[in-house]
Amino acid sequence: MGSRDSRAMLVLRRIGRNPVALLGLIIIIVYIGVALFAPILAPHDPIDQNLSKSFAPLSAENPLGCDEFGRDILSRIIFGARTSLIIQVFSVLIALVTGVFLGAVGGYFGGWLDEGIMRVMDILLAFPGILLALAIVAVLGPDLKNLIIAIGIYSIPQFARITRGSVITVKQSEYVTAARAIGESHFVTIMRYVLPNAISPIIIQTTLRMATVLLTAAGLGFLGLGVQPPQPEWGTMLSTARMYLRSAPLVAVFPGVSIMIVVLGFNFLGDGLQDALNPRLKD
Amino acid sequence: MLRFIFRRLLLLIPVLIGVSIVAFLILHLAPGDPAQMMGGIEASEADLIMLRQKFGLDRPLPVQYFMFLKGMFTGELLSLRYESPVMEVIWPRLKNTLALASVSIVIAVLIGVTAGVLSAVKRKTWMDYTATVFALLGISMPVFWWGLLLMLLFSVKLMWLPSGGMGTPLHYILPSIVLGTASAGIIARMTRSSMLDVLRQDYITTATAKGLSRRLVVGRHALRNAMIPTVTVVGLQFGQLLAGAVLTETVFSWPGVGRLLVTSILARDYPVVQTSLVLIAAFFVLVNLAVDVLYAVLDPRVRYHG
Repeated sequence: MGSRDSRAMLVLRRIGRNPVALLGLIIIIVYIGVALFAPILAPHDPIDQNLSKSFAPLSAENPLGCDEFGRDILSRIIFGARTSLIIQVFSVLIALVTGVFLGAVGGYFGGWLDEGIMRVMDILLAFPGILLALAIVAVLGPDLKNLIIAIGIYSIPQFARITRGSVITVKQSEYVTAARAIGESHFVTIMRYVLPNAISPIIIQTTLRMATVLLTAAGLGFLGLGVQPPQPEWGTMLSTARMYLRSAPLVAVFPGVSIMIVVLGFNFLGDGLQDALNPRLKD
Repeated sequence: MLRFIFRRLLLLIPVLIGVSIVAFLILHLAPGDPAQMMGGIEASEADLIMLRQKFGLDRPLPVQYFMFLKGMFTGELLSLRYESPVMEVIWPRLKNTLALASVSIVIAVLIGVTAGVLSAVKRKTWMDYTATVFALLGISMPVFWWGLLLMLLFSVKLMWLPSGGMGTPLHYILPSIVLGTASAGIIARMTRSSMLDVLRQDYITTATAKGLSRRLVVGRHALRNAMIPTVTVVGLQFGQLLAGAVLTETVFSWPGVGRLLVTSILARDYPVVQTSLVLIAAFFVLVNLAVDVLYAVLDPRVRYHG
């Protein structure tokens, strides 16, 4: 295990030397902190309405002003971080577990099993971008749980493909042949010898996917097919802000900025990891 | 080459059948009665019976699937909202979306390739950093928010451009910029990295050593080869634009298939939802096939056999 620890340290050191990746990591840490400590950080209740303060301008009490129902926008953005993080973590987890399993099984065993799995993935990939998630939510009905399921399913093919490609390369290594030769079962071989060595592209994909997933969730929220009000979610907030664009343009600014910063954070870190995990690069 | 195209077309058939099955099953996999889903909670018992009959919802699933497939093409499949054949509802809107996507991809290529080449040639200068930052911003921005911001500035404040609808060339400006932004970012990144790869090649050094001007070396020798991976990305992006159109069209009230899809979902017009999904996916896989073929044409080193 010592070698793996030192490898993790090496990756961390490389990230530390890459200012853009480091910035990404800091953004992500702050974002997770805000999401975790939302009830302590938020100055007001994110759902409490106060119609007398409808569209109140920026002030000491409401640093980012109020929305149409007089709710404090800063508090809604802080709690929105929590909603976004929940969506990201759970949908990526669904996609990661399912996709890695399908990709590893297909890549390792090959043959008709692989053919079958990859053809199904092709069908899912034939729906470009947000469309598959849109279709799934359309049927299941819009709420947080269904949103997570829809975005999870739509992210499966990416993980399956990347895992498969990586597993096929690793499978041909001598240590995998050796593991089989000493009588390890297929399961143990995959879990102990194949996957740990195929993990780099999966880690990069997970990071970049966190960015895509957030944009998709916000997009569905904007279309009215995501998290439903009054629960605070950045995309949904923009959907209502759009209706008041002429009278209260500022309300439309902050949720978008939040989405952009967090997405940039994950993209920055993902880019940095791509370099840091590249074994060909010498330290 | 013809055999390659033919083989790829054959391989598309199972994918397209799969796509139509997925689109068809969407209505049936959901918990609850499909007739109730189509009619909504306010539907009366008579409405439900009418819906079941109209869509053959009481028949076995495979029969229903073939009715759906046949109905799509014969015009028997009607939109619940417009009460006319689904193709008649979708086709004019699909054309509007393709028009918007075409303008967007031209903008994205112009901006993306220029920015990518400049960043590669002027590597590690302020120009490279600026282009990289803008490319990443373009990729990381929510499309619909970017649309709202531009609308706020150019339609609400300055009143230079219409805030929505279609009709004059002016109507294209904001939506096509918004739709093309993320693609421009991706194309810029791709062009930069493939240009950097090419500029490292020996034949570029040779061309420079011959005393050719930098402009000639970059423009004639490097750009041509650097464009090959970019072409692939451009093709894939064109397909992605169809999906991005769902958000852009909603922001700018563009009468395209993306907006139709969203309003049909909200109105539970399932025949239109299912058919639009099939058509967009079919278009997407065909574009991807065209990209593969183009790739083989552009790069003589790529030889497809079989």
